Amino acid sequence: MTITNYDERVLKASHPVPGAPNNWRRFFGFNTDAKVIGIQYIVTALFFLLLGGLLGMLIRGELITPPSDLFDPSVYNGLYTMHGTVMLFLFLFPVLSGLTNLLVPPMIGAPDMAFPKLNALAFWLVPVFSIVLLASFFVPGGPASSGWWSYPPVSIQNPLGHFLNGQMLWIVAIGLSGVSSIIGALNFVTTIIQMRAPGMGFFKMPIFIWTVLAAQILQLLGLPALTGGAIMLFFDLNFGTSFFNPETGGDPVLFQHFFWFYSHPAVYVMVLPVFGIFSELFPAYSRKPLFGYKFVAVASFGITILSLVVWVHHMFYTGTPMWMRNLFMFTTMLIAVPTGVKVFAWIATLWGGNLRLNTPMLFCLGGLFNFIFGGITGVMLATVPIDIHVGNTYFVVAHFHYIIFNTIAFGIFAGIYHWFPKFTGRMFYEGLGKVHFALTFIGATLNWLPLHWAGLLGMPRRVASYDPEFAIWNVIASIGAFMLGVASIPFILNMVSSWSRGKKAPPNPWGAIGLEWLLPSPPPHENFEDDIPTVLNEPYNYGLNKPFVFDEEFYISKALNDS
Amino acid sequence: MTTSKSEALLHTPGHIKHDGHNLTGFIIFLCSESIIFFAFFVGYGVLKITAPTWYPDGVSGIAVKEPLINTIILVSSSFVIYFAERYLHKKNYWGFRIVWLLTMIMGAYFVYGQYVEWSELTFSLNSGVFGSLFYLLTGFHGLHVITGILLMGLMLIRSFIPGNYDKGEMGVESISLFWHFVDVIWIILFILIYVWQ
Repeated sequence: MTITNYDERVLKASHPVPGAPNNWRRFFGFNTDAKVIGIQYIVTALFFLLLGGLLGMLIRGELITPPSDLFDPSVYNGLYTMHGTVMLFLFLFPVLSGLTNLLVPPMIGAPDMAFPKLNALAFWLVPVFSIVLLASFFVPGGPASSGWWSYPPVSIQNPLGHFLNGQMLWIVAIGLSGVSSIIGALNFVTTIIQMRAPGMGFFKMPIFIWTVLAAQILQLLGLPALTGGAIMLFFDLNFGTSFFNPETGGDPVLFQHFFWFYSHPAVYVMVLPVFGIFSELFPAYSRKPLFGYKFVAVASFGITILSLVVWVHHMFYTGTPMWMRNLFMFTTMLIAVPTGVKVFAWIATLWGGNLRLNTPMLFCLGGLFNFIFGGITGVMLATVPIDIHVGNTYFVVAHFHYIIFNTIAFGIFAGIYHWFPKFTGRMFYEGLGKVHFALTFIGATLNWLPLHWAGLLGMPRRVASYDPEFAIWNVIASIGAFMLGVASIPFILNMVSSWSRGKKAPPNPWGAIGLEWLLPSPPPHENFEDDIPTVLNEPYNYGLNKPFVFDEEFYISKALNDS
Repeated sequence: MTTSKSEALLHTPGHIKHDGHNLTGFIIFLCSESIIFFAFFVGYGVLKITAPTWYPDGVSGIAVKEPLINTIILVSSSFVIYFAERYLHKKNYWGFRIVWLLTMIMGAYFVYGQYVEWSELTFSLNSGVFGSLFYLLTGFHGLHVITGILLMGLMLIRSFIPGNYDKGEMGVESISLFWHFVDVIWIILFILIYVWQ
């Protein structure tokens, strides 16, 4: 096997290096090291994945039979609201912040993030707002039950009149989550702009860094709009103001604009880093250069810009004038262009490659497959007539779960497996990983594919009971959901046992190119410290004789040989 | 060929040491913060155009004179703070402290003027759409002014610590930037609430 294009540093890195701290207690305290914070984020988020999954399984348990027999319908409202909120704000955002924290400094050759203390603060807000959100299960009246959108006027009802009510705690938790995300975003953007390795111009950055930059800029531009809307909602709910209250002249649709101005881009905040993970893993596991590197990189910003002008497609059926519907239908369809660029680039990368089907690659392939499917239903939903027909049915639910779980969560699992050896210093068990993939893929498909049919036939979302004609689809979906629950067992087993007693990982187990793979596993405290390699090319030149970093000794010996 | 290119790259700047990002981070924060105000302004505009009833009962408009005086004071404080910064650049610390304190006093007068205006108004937070928006916008902006004054006080105290400016004047520069930001927001707010009646 000839290894031509990643350099001797990989071999040098296997020398024992000082500094990789090995004290597990550091994960339980206030630590400013981005690698510790990253793992803190990921483990916390995976715990909430279990909780959100449990809520999801309770929902599917209720829906396995047509009548509402397992829960009272009002309890059911609380369940789906909390399921959505936990999954988005307690699982997806934190887990992606975690991966970003782990990967950004080593990938760009920085010793740490730009603001390590703010970074730690952003993480420690996660347990704070999680407790605030989960506390709402125990207040009179139960948790927020107006769906994760919290549309007024439903969300500004406070029938029991307590100041401390579920909806109010929900708004406070979302506000704190916003503070945490903004702190994180300005940290990531500053780090990426100012702390790159010498020679790493923008068009030599890994695609993951491009997508993180695009996603975090989107976060900075969009999130404050939701914060503004949430402040107004808070006042309406608790202090009797009339921003969104139609009884006193307010406009409930205005909240929908604030909400979706952020919450549609939020999908891209989550999916962009996953596109980055796909772009890192496909070349590494098919041993081919990434097809169209520059196009894939720039497409990230195409998505960022377009995603800020598509939000009204969530509001086609809430009294939106026709010209606005047409305009936003057009912009929404336009976003399929940069996304399509990426999809075709990945397929072209895979084409004729020497594929290595290990667990991370399987999750990537599964994620790509599901994303193409979910993308097509997305374009369907962008069409006004179809959207008005299937709006608020299970078709929409099925579509966004295909994106949120079957694409984003698949990409996250792929990323966790791919970089697990790097940051824990241990190899995971491939067999358990494959079992996890098989259960997840089959479970997810059984869970959400049939719901497309139920939705097209007209089964409304967010209702605890349904017409018996939809029963068959729901039974299959519930089986899939419970299968996903079972899938977490091999995953947890794998993570816990391989971290504690897995085989020691070499610096670069996958033969991948990238600054992080030049470091030992796990990397020392400050990554490269002062000995930062100079980057010569983008990290995707598999099989090409183009060096990735400048290596003095390599060039000296080459010059000596030449003379 | 490759070697000479690589050697050139060795000297390209890309990595800067840990400190020195504060101003960049702060500017990014301000951009993001301005979006919250932007959201409120858009909300104000939309509701002003579409709301069935705008002013609360018994209110036909809102007085402009006192807020205008307030505006002039706040806007001129933005020039005053610029001179404070100039003094600091020239290492004239007492000049800086006095002019900096003057900015703080002007800011405090603005808050006082806002308090007087609030206490004389006949409508409240609960008086329909206009009441809600008026108190939300002026209150949220007022919070920023108060934050600015407190931060300026902190910078004033820190100016007495020996060697405070050895690592640069990042703190003063950031607060000054924040003050200009608060000012620009107020000008937009003034046009929306008081001019566009």
